[in-house]
Amino acid sequence: MELRAYIIRRLLLLIPVLFGVTLLIFGVLQLFSPVERAALYVTSPKQFANIAEIIEKYGLNQPVWVQYGHWMNQIFHGNLGWSKVVSQPVTSAIINFLPATLELAIFATPLIIFGGIFLGSKAAAHKDKAVDHATRVGAIVGWSLPTFWLGLMLLMVFYGFFSGLFPPERLSTEMNVLVHSAAFTQYTSLHFLDAILNGNGQVLLDSLRHLVLPVITLTVVQIAFIMRLMRSSMLEALGKGYILTARAKGLDENTVVNKHARRNALIPVLTISGYIFAGLVNGVVITETIFNYKGLGWWAWQSAVYLDAPSILAFALFNGVLFVFTNLVVDLLYARIDPRVRLGGKVT
Amino acid sequence: MTGMRFLLYQLRKNPLSIIGIAIILTFIIIAIFAPIIAPPPEGHTDPYMIPRDGYSPIPKPPNAEHLFGTTEGQYDIFYGVIWGTRSAFRVGLIVIGVVLATGIVLGSIAGYFGGIADEIIMRVTDIFMAFPALILAMAITVALGPSLNSVIIALITVSWPSYARLIRGDILAVREENYVEAARGVGSSHLRIITRHILPNAIYPTLVMASLDIGAVVLSAAALSFLGLGAPEGYVDWGQMISFSRNWIVGPPGNPLAYWYTVTIPGLFILLFVLGWNLMGDAFRDILDPRLSRK
Repeated sequence: MELRAYIIRRLLLLIPVLFGVTLLIFGVLQLFSPVERAALYVTSPKQFANIAEIIEKYGLNQPVWVQYGHWMNQIFHGNLGWSKVVSQPVTSAIINFLPATLELAIFATPLIIFGGIFLGSKAAAHKDKAVDHATRVGAIVGWSLPTFWLGLMLLMVFYGFFSGLFPPERLSTEMNVLVHSAAFTQYTSLHFLDAILNGNGQVLLDSLRHLVLPVITLTVVQIAFIMRLMRSSMLEALGKGYILTARAKGLDENTVVNKHARRNALIPVLTISGYIFAGLVNGVVITETIFNYKGLGWWAWQSAVYLDAPSILAFALFNGVLFVFTNLVVDLLYARIDPRVRLGGKVT
Repeated sequence: MTGMRFLLYQLRKNPLSIIGIAIILTFIIIAIFAPIIAPPPEGHTDPYMIPRDGYSPIPKPPNAEHLFGTTEGQYDIFYGVIWGTRSAFRVGLIVIGVVLATGIVLGSIAGYFGGIADEIIMRVTDIFMAFPALILAMAITVALGPSLNSVIIALITVSWPSYARLIRGDILAVREENYVEAARGVGSSHLRIITRHILPNAIYPTLVMASLDIGAVVLSAAALSFLGLGAPEGYVDWGQMISFSRNWIVGPPGNPLAYWYTVTIPGLFILLFVLGWNLMGDAFRDILDPRLSRK
């Protein structure tokens, strides 16, 4: 019952935040000229001929609140404008580019979360030993690494030095032709999954080879964060009275660390999983740019470079809304796991 | 005074922090003495533009004339990385300075006065924090027109909310302390209470965050420059120098690492700069958070 009230309260709080998110994006939009903004209401290239008409029709010379109304109206109708860099409506661009990015996330996220938790608790359990020092240095260096530089260095070694071992882009040319031919059914547009469903080992191998470097690039920088957090929260848990009790009962060290300490130490890590999402999105733009991996991030980069207002704003809006919902899910999970949150009533 | 001695003692105990401070000091020296370390060639008007030695796109390896070689477009790498230190400090210090000031003012208002002001400021921070930072910064930079100043404005816009929130939280923690009550009792003005009694007791976590963040800000700025949204072409900027190297990651057949210097050298400068701030900030956090250091 209490959980339900909490969920309802959180959902209601969502409305003003989402309203604010659209206001902020609309505010950024005002920095563009009316002609650039007109591209938001275009749905096909032909319409660019009568740009003056569009400016008139959507009141781009009228007061801002009128414009905001028009803009929101368009968004609710699923029209986010025309993306000139890929010559298609923004909405379909998002749908087309999403699977590639999802493919990256499917591999990187578990690596980041489970890898970070594993290394962090290892470091805490062996505090001030070699493992601890190694992960500490690794984390600080990883956290200081420019993602784009790491990616390029990896390319230099694994694409240049080991001639073509792990290439950039999403598929090699011939596999790309095969994937888009009639012989290959694209069930999900996730290449590795489609390859499995089609029973095509060649495509599977090729898509995995192309995923290795981007996934490593995404993981290395993010994992440092979780590792450090897990370490300190694990250290805190290991100092608690119930650990002493568990040890006094004569439980073996593995049970104490893995069952008693780690489970409690996981709670703070869960609360920051929202940040991991943000980190992934930030990282995806840079990673996809470096590896010429055509997903959402690559599209955002292209739009930014060619000053494509509708695309870049739609991308920001899309991620803003997604981030708000991610945080909601995290908060709800948190309330489910830790009853103190619901009773305390305050989550920040 | 004893606090200072304690600080120095703690620093000595932590060799990593010494390395961090040494790195930052080195960069400060490089930034100050850039005109001596890498003097602009005769007749070169703007020292913040990298001098070019011809217009050939093919990078040239390190030689006597160009210590670190030249990158795409014959920009001198040595000159670029040395003077780029100044750009890095400029971006990092301006952004953190403005963000700290904004955060302190808004955070103090929200935390000290509470009520409607608090509610409004906090809801606004909610909205800004509802975006992945780099994405919002990207959109703002594009809207303002790509330039180094746009990058600075964009990074300020996305960074201030977390500072305002942090300061607000820390002020809430000390607002009801006895000494604040006492100051109020003797009739101190709000401004005096905030600046003399509350802030000195509430600001340390924020300063630690700021020192950790200088590195992060420089990293984001470099990323935006790398994406082509930052400084104009040829400006002394590390991120841009790495974007110059993008076409030269893999050398000609038989010599795949031929152009290693174009990407490796500017990248190492960014890495070391950010690493220096992170090592230093990490040490400060351990020192200022006695809860952690006791373990």
